[in-house]
Amino acid sequence: MSRTDATARTGAAPEEPPATGPADGPGVVIDGADRPAIRVATPDAATPDAATSDVATPDAATPDAATSDVATSDAAASGGAPASTPPGGAMPDAGASGAPARARPVAGTWRLLRSELGLTFRRPRNLVLLALLAVVPVVIGVVLRAMGGGGPSIIAQAAGNGLMLTFGAMSVVAQLHLPLAVAVVAGDAVAGEAGTGTLRYLLTAPAGRTRLLLVKFADIAVYAAAACAVVTAAALLTGLALFPAGPVTLLSGTTISFADGLLRVLAVTGYAAVGMAAFGAVGLAVSTLTEAPIGAVAATVGAVVCSNIFGLIPQLEPVRPYLITSWWGEFDGVLRDPVAVDTMTQGLLVFAAYIAVFGTVAWARFTGRDITG
Amino acid sequence: MNATLTGEGAHEAAPPPLAPAASTGDCAIVTRGLTKRFRGGQVAVDDLHLAVPRGAVYGFLGPNGSGKTTTIRMLLGLVAPTGGGWELLGRPMPAGLAAALPGVGALVEGPAFYPYLSGAANLLRYDAADPTADGRTARARVAAVLDRVGLSAAAGKRYRAYSLGMRQRLAIAATLLGPRELLVLDEPTNGLDPQGTREVRALVKQVAAGGTTVFVSSHLLAEVEQMCTHVGVMRGGRLAAQGPIAELRAGRAPLVRVLTPDAARAAAVLERLGLSGARAAGEEAVAEIGDLPPERACAELVDAGVAVRGFTVARPSLEEVFVGLTGEGFDVEN
Repeated sequence: MSRTDATARTGAAPEEPPATGPADGPGVVIDGADRPAIRVATPDAATPDAATSDVATPDAATPDAATSDVATSDAAASGGAPASTPPGGAMPDAGASGAPARARPVAGTWRLLRSELGLTFRRPRNLVLLALLAVVPVVIGVVLRAMGGGGPSIIAQAAGNGLMLTFGAMSVVAQLHLPLAVAVVAGDAVAGEAGTGTLRYLLTAPAGRTRLLLVKFADIAVYAAAACAVVTAAALLTGLALFPAGPVTLLSGTTISFADGLLRVLAVTGYAAVGMAAFGAVGLAVSTLTEAPIGAVAATVGAVVCSNIFGLIPQLEPVRPYLITSWWGEFDGVLRDPVAVDTMTQGLLVFAAYIAVFGTVAWARFTGRDITG
Repeated sequence: MNATLTGEGAHEAAPPPLAPAASTGDCAIVTRGLTKRFRGGQVAVDDLHLAVPRGAVYGFLGPNGSGKTTTIRMLLGLVAPTGGGWELLGRPMPAGLAAALPGVGALVEGPAFYPYLSGAANLLRYDAADPTADGRTARARVAAVLDRVGLSAAAGKRYRAYSLGMRQRLAIAATLLGPRELLVLDEPTNGLDPQGTREVRALVKQVAAGGTTVFVSSHLLAEVEQMCTHVGVMRGGRLAAQGPIAELRAGRAPLVRVLTPDAARAAAVLERLGLSGARAAGEEAVAEIGDLPPERACAELVDAGVAVRGFTVARPSLEEVFVGLTGEGFDVEN
């Protein structure tokens, strides 16, 4: 049909009132507010009478062209009425043009990780968890100061040296507080996105399932490290504020310099961070199994509690070495001279095994799963 | 490409064949026998042969539960089909998903965003997930698409505070973040008021005018009829009909409709003029206009003393076509 203008006028007008902005195209007719309008499609449009009503051009009156429905579809087929030019020339070209965009694997993945970290560390819930973790060493320090020290435990030794509070605090929070915080972030990682439906938009972006999972794990690992760092920092500040500082007397009886002590504190923090990251892999795997983030978090925390209980039952002694919970507090080695690396190396191997096994479980599940939420 | 029509009773017959030209590079979407059987044994999509030509605005029509969304999820790689194959933008899937999806903007089963982030931050988040998107231009692109859907004023507002219509518009904005060759819009006007619906329709036309193929699902026939150049109709997980709207309707003769209190007399006049299928129903007389100039019919009616209140010549609506094809109404509520 050659006369798109005419057909658009007779056809599209009644069905297509102006959509956005002023009516600037020939395909749009604005009727009086509620006065019925009469349209006459006729070859005699130029007569004075007809000119008072809405007038179509002569061609439009042939049986074919006058059919309003056909006109509509024709207008659509020709790419819409001329009225529909994009407003605002600043719009990036959404049309099919140019070469396909090239993937930028490194820069793109960096950007996704930054976005992921931004979400994790801007979320109030996650920040509150970090703040609560910071409270634990403070409470321990204050109680020790009030009650007085004594006894052989690591915690009690903090009374003699502020630096020891970091070791003490870490051994306390590593069993439940730290895993709890990590479980919240890890359990939510995939299940949370699936539950709110954002997962399907990430995947159609396309984030790539393996890539997204790797970024999620990196995010969890960073959060785990941050949680451990928060505990260490809070313990250090509390310890130095409430107790004497200076050379540290180790469990093996030797004394090392304060600076050397700080290094060992760093080592403990790193060890705990790896242990928590490994636990994060467990949480991530659980997170790929469900669309209910609460369920994933609860299951992950439940796993820690069960594992801790198993560790206490004498009959289950043979399984102890395989439980991740058995290794979180095994950093006594740094308090000996020379540093006893055996146990910690074993612990790191266990953590690596957990990351490998549960990372594989998460990957297998996530890449093969139907995203229906 | 030929319109391929099969009625409800033709399920056992061969699936609607693809025209040869439609099976290669000039299609944005091609599916060959795409099937999804869920673990419970329920077949959501059964042997689907879609062909969506590049540049088309393809209306994917069907009642709720007819398999539209499952099909869209399969096309986008969210759900793995249990049978058949498909191509997106000329690339065989699912191997080419990573390469094809950056050129595809998708709105699947309603908007989904992070409630504690602002509209702009939400778009930046999705943009960051696209490995082909350039982070340096992200803010400018986000501002541009927000402007395009009329959300600039609400860009800094948290998504949680968005109204339903704003959420839908934000989801549409997300589909326009990059240069797209194909838009897949699943029920884009859901939850929108009439004004919002018109805006979406205008936006679809704009995007299509730029050469982008648009694949839009809907359970509203009228909506598809107003936006689309092509249509595919789903019924119970199968494709009941597919083709250009104009061709689907071409086989149907234009009808003259006379609105009058003297419907019976009008029908008699139309019959006397040699028009076939003249009939009267209520206050309306209908007949196939054929080659008769409409003005003659009108003049004859008036001459015969029929009180003409309304006089239209139109091809049957899509709905009438489907009623004719399937012998039943397109009752979307079932």
